Amino acid sequence: MRTLSDSAVGERPAAAASLPVTVCKLTKRYGAFTALKDVDLAIRSGEFLTLLGPSGSGKTTLLMVLAGFVRPDAGSVAFGEREVVLLPPHKRDIGMVFQNYALFPHMSVAGNLAYPLKLRGHGKQDIADRVAQALALVQLEGYGERSVDQLSGGQRQRVALARAVIFEPRILLMDEPLSALDKNLRERMQLEIRRLHDRLGLTTVYVTHDQREALTMSDRIAVMNHGQILQVDRPRDLYDRPSTRFIAEFIGETHCIPIEIQNGEASLFGRALRLATPLATTASAQALVLRPERLQLLSADKPTHDLNTIDGTVRQHVFQGDSVVTFVSLPDGHDIAVRHPYGNDSEHLQPGTAVRVGIAPRDTIVVPAENATATASGRA
Amino acid sequence: MLQHPVSATGITRLHRLWLYAIASAVIFFLIAPTLLVIPMSFSSSRFLEFPPPSWSLRWYHAYFESVEWRDATVVSFEAAIGTMIVSTIVGTMAAYGINYSRFGAKRFVQIALALPMMIPVILTAVGVFIFFAPLGLNNSLTGLILAHSTLAIPLVLISVTAGLKSFNANQEMVARSLGASRIRAFMTVTLPQIRYSVISAALLAFITSLDEVVISLLIAGGDKATLTRRMFLALRDEIDPTIAAISSMLILLSIILMASSQLIRPNRT
Amino acid sequence: MSTAAANDLSIASRGERHSLNADALKRSERGEQVRLLALTLPALLLVGIVALAPIGWLSGLSFVGPNGLTLVNYQRLIHPSYELTLITTFQLAFLVTALCLILGYPLAYLASQMSSRGASLVLLCVLFPFWTSLLVRTYAWLVILQRRGLVNTWLRDLGVIDEPLRLVHNFTGTAIGMTHIMLPFMVLPLYAAMKNISPDYMRAASNLGASPIRAFWNVFVPLSRPGIFAGLIIVFVLSLGFYVTPALLGGGRVMMWSMQIERSIAVYSDWGAASALGVVLLVITMGILWLVSRLASIGSFMERA
Repeated sequence: MRTLSDSAVGERPAAAASLPVTVCKLTKRYGAFTALKDVDLAIRSGEFLTLLGPSGSGKTTLLMVLAGFVRPDAGSVAFGEREVVLLPPHKRDIGMVFQNYALFPHMSVAGNLAYPLKLRGHGKQDIADRVAQALALVQLEGYGERSVDQLSGGQRQRVALARAVIFEPRILLMDEPLSALDKNLRERMQLEIRRLHDRLGLTTVYVTHDQREALTMSDRIAVMNHGQILQVDRPRDLYDRPSTRFIAEFIGETHCIPIEIQNGEASLFGRALRLATPLATTASAQALVLRPERLQLLSADKPTHDLNTIDGTVRQHVFQGDSVVTFVSLPDGHDIAVRHPYGNDSEHLQPGTAVRVGIAPRDTIVVPAENATATASGRA
Repeated sequence: MLQHPVSATGITRLHRLWLYAIASAVIFFLIAPTLLVIPMSFSSSRFLEFPPPSWSLRWYHAYFESVEWRDATVVSFEAAIGTMIVSTIVGTMAAYGINYSRFGAKRFVQIALALPMMIPVILTAVGVFIFFAPLGLNNSLTGLILAHSTLAIPLVLISVTAGLKSFNANQEMVARSLGASRIRAFMTVTLPQIRYSVISAALLAFITSLDEVVISLLIAGGDKATLTRRMFLALRDEIDPTIAAISSMLILLSIILMASSQLIRPNRT
Repeated sequence: MSTAAANDLSIASRGERHSLNADALKRSERGEQVRLLALTLPALLLVGIVALAPIGWLSGLSFVGPNGLTLVNYQRLIHPSYELTLITTFQLAFLVTALCLILGYPLAYLASQMSSRGASLVLLCVLFPFWTSLLVRTYAWLVILQRRGLVNTWLRDLGVIDEPLRLVHNFTGTAIGMTHIMLPFMVLPLYAAMKNISPDYMRAASNLGASPIRAFWNVFVPLSRPGIFAGLIIVFVLSLGFYVTPALLGGGRVMMWSMQIERSIAVYSDWGAASALGVVLLVITMGILWLVSRLASIGSFMERA
């Protein structure tokens, strides 16, 4: 049932042709270095999925495998029902945006946009119409005849984006497309790319090492390290329920401190902790994930019923503009950070003052204490 | 003209004067003798005195009226154009293959293709002569083009490889992701962007063949004698002023080729 | 969500497929690499068949006499006239290489210190001889150095000499002409190496109290060593096998190794001698290049260590 408002929303129907991507047991070695290790991943049709990880984690290799520029040693990649792992890049019908835009300097803006259409044998008039439409889509009307060098960084990025979607690909791949832009422009482009995605409904795989960017833009995030996918989840779930210490520390500002486990009960400095999720029965050494903005600074003698608490002494206040971070020294020598809004009274606590740090049970997350590699290989 | 302040480079004024004097003398040594041939070619004298006793065009007439010189010129240009076409195409293909292949064997290919640059030309010439004799390729244009191409290919390889190295390989990947096959991506995206290197390579190949003496001496006899072969043989016996006229025209051609190879380069620095 | 579940299912079903893919992927990767390397095939065939194989065959020829395998061609090389040629060849090569370094170093140094405009002007002057015919440049020296040539005329006009000097058709003329031809091969690698030396090193040396001359000798020259090395090798190896310029400017009095090769064919039609001479030249040239590549790799290894 189509209504008037439906057709008015977008110039194009939210791409029905968009495809799910299924990656299965993908492995790629470069000599002794394993870039991808038995990677499984199911990307839903129309989803915005981000591959997040430090450099060398395998995220770009995985993207290049999807694009067809890197052949894996083994494994399968399917777009919809179709196995594509042996297809060359130009037969995959993917749009791709590279790190430094890679616009063709020997063609005008319109020439760049027309390139994929010419390859597909579109007629002259059709090409002109589509180029005009694409320019409008990225708010660059009237820029068609400009040469690429005359564009600013943000404009180049938009042209690269328009070029990648103008031929209505089934899947859009982006490799750190915003890394060359400055912070403000980057944040604006993040929203713009996300809006474009929502409008076209394209299955999008986005690679970045910037966790904030990943949290801002994605439907789901796949965190990678050492050639493996550690966790695939919605941004909120990833933030609230990291499955490993590596993820906890990679996403958001985090301090991890080891906790004691006895008879399946977790405790810290002899005080029992109420946890967000029950401890796995097999759990051995665990660490508590502390995020500065989820902690509260309380006076040492204030009674607390509903909070887990840790005692410590104020060490230092750091003013950060919109907020103040107070570092609290714990009995075992660890420092943890507590963030509170600027103007809060806590700022007047002298260094050395005994304080109590409170965490709500629903924010009390524990993860295995060993580092991510060990966890990951345990999983595989 | 010095880029860095005197104190920074640590050169005093006196040192600097000396340096300029020596460098100017060396540049004079590099350029002047060659250019001197041009006024000489307009001399009326048979003995090439300097300054010429009076001016004339008789040596240019001598050149243009000689069927032998004209034929030799035609052969030289045919060979140079043939060599340019063969070695530029073959060399560019090889440069692309070597640049993008990840096979270990490419090291050997690289060395093999650089060898003609390192082996003394006289050896190549003798080898080619022996090889061509049973095939009847001596004294033929085909033979000349093939032999000259072996000398030009290493130069083409160097020039085009340099172009490919400074070319952003992402460009070709983008083209392929947009639906271009590898060949199509090369023709529409890579080649237009490395065209300066390819044109330079072609000009170098052209001039290499045009100037080649030793191989031509052995394999380009009879009616396929090249200009350089005739010049060399004439010079061994006497200093024929006609050669001054030919040399002047060759210098002009060199300047034109060199200028075009410099001008096509985009101003980067 | 239902699509996700479907995908998860299809992962399971595809799991079986990946082991089959491994072989196909390997074949496809190999295929692409082979196709890429095949692009070098035309060049390789051309150079291999037309240039390299005949030289190899020629080398084989040197060991063959009328009665089968023999070293007689090499035994004949032990003869005073060949010895003299060998000495002349090395003398000229050493002299020309040294002259090129002495003349080329100041020029390259100046160019490396100039603004990019000035440097490109100097480089243009260095490249000009590259683009000009070797024969034309040799001819120019013939004209300048001959009995009635420019140099002799001027020296006589100035009253320096009464009788014209013999400047050409001898060792002197050959050395002058060859130095002129080889100079660009020295300047270009020198310039490339010097361009990579940061002026900060010289500044640091000055700050530490070194006089300009001292800083130049103790800091700049050692840093320019890779360029010196490359220039010396190129010029020396090219000089060893040089034919055209010595043949014209030597006037038959200066016999280079490469000229012996040509003569034994053109004058005596002695293929045995020519091939043996050729093998000697080839072995010397390749030997030097091999030695240098070994030294260079050892050098860079030591620097890294």
